[in-house]
Amino acid sequence: MQVSITVNGNQRTDEVEPRLLLAHYLREVRGLRATNIGCDTTSCGACTVIVDGLSVKSCTVLAAQADGAEVTTLEGLAAADGELHPVQSAFREEHGLQCGFCTPGMVMAAIGLLADNPDPTDREVREGLEGNLCRCTGYHNIVRAVRTAAKAGAAAGRVPQGRVEA
Amino acid sequence: MIPAPFDYVRAGSVEEALAALAEHGEDAKVLAGGHSLLPLMKLRLATPAVLVDIGGIRDLSYVRVEGDGADAVVAIGAGTRHHELQRNEVARAEVPLLPHVAGRVGDAQVRHRGTIGGTTAHSDPASDLPTALLALGGTVVLQGPGGRREVPVTGFWTGFFETAMSPDELVVELRVPRTGVTGFGYEKFTRRENDWPIVAAAAVAGRVALANMAGTVVRATATEEALAAGASIAEAAELADQGTSPVADMHADADYRRHLARLLTRRALEKATAAA
Repeated sequence: MQVSITVNGNQRTDEVEPRLLLAHYLREVRGLRATNIGCDTTSCGACTVIVDGLSVKSCTVLAAQADGAEVTTLEGLAAADGELHPVQSAFREEHGLQCGFCTPGMVMAAIGLLADNPDPTDREVREGLEGNLCRCTGYHNIVRAVRTAAKAGAAAGRVPQGRVEA
Repeated sequence: MIPAPFDYVRAGSVEEALAALAEHGEDAKVLAGGHSLLPLMKLRLATPAVLVDIGGIRDLSYVRVEGDGADAVVAIGAGTRHHELQRNEVARAEVPLLPHVAGRVGDAQVRHRGTIGGTTAHSDPASDLPTALLALGGTVVLQGPGGRREVPVTGFWTGFFETAMSPDELVVELRVPRTGVTGFGYEKFTRRENDWPIVAAAAVAGRVALANMAGTVVRATATEEALAAGASIAEAAELADQGTSPVADMHADADYRRHLARLLTRRALEKATAAA
């Protein structure tokens, strides 16, 4: 079947099997490998991306379900001149990562959280990121990073519009 | 993990979905949010030959009040996603138990996809929203080749993953009595904040429903009868596990589940009373 999906501002039509998962579509068809596949069971959140403004676990969405949608992955966050998205900057500033495997999903889920709740408390951050696991247990700095990102205001909860070259 | 191959049909309307179900019969499964079905398919525990995707039928997403006074019902479209129900102003004012419980399903990413019709049709006894729907009472509206019919929630869930639906029917709406802003309690015991309930109890208007205490969500009828006869909450809650048949798994043995059912019922009833 054919799907037409806009990823980071770039629309493309591809022939895919109906059973192709969005995570595999992003990594293998579009070549965007920041989106990690961790548990593959909708538990860990490493594969979180933004679909039409909402965070989703791309291992549990078919590419077919994203036909016509706008998807943002980690690769779509930084500006063309390399300037990081406020959530990316905050993760770096607060050292919100250890091994880094969960980080792309954490960053995307954090953007989704901040879109919904621009100034969350520590508890709201922990609840809001419940669907993302850090096996290094680096949660304290992740919470700090999200609180720091919130200081950037509405921009922290937005994904860039327009084309980002992969 | 990759699902077994299947044919994919995108339904643009309820009629198109019903036509596809009529054509493919038991070989077809309906895909809404996909957050119960796709994990089962990835584990090859479900291998439907055809998926009928109703996720794009946006006119199945609504919450509205129908009728007046004591007969008023709140109608919720089957395609309403958990995060939509959680924030819906009509739902919060007219039947606040439902948006509260919708906000306790899974995690944010799951709530962005999962639908109330999907969790109703899936019939997992550990599901949050069916527990709330059973406590509220009301009906499941099904649409099939012969038109629409309403099945009371008390008779809808017939077993583990089994319902009173036929394969050619679709859940199109949930109808619950309008409670208005009233006391309710939803207590769920989990290992993580919003995980699947090991046991959960929903209490509203003198009724109590339990998750994960049998092959389906169940009402705590002995507790309800005791409350109606004037028993205290503590006395009535002690009867909550009567008539249930909890299983043992890695999270809890059956006796512990019975203990949780009594405890969570008491807490849910206390919350419902305190907030009323």
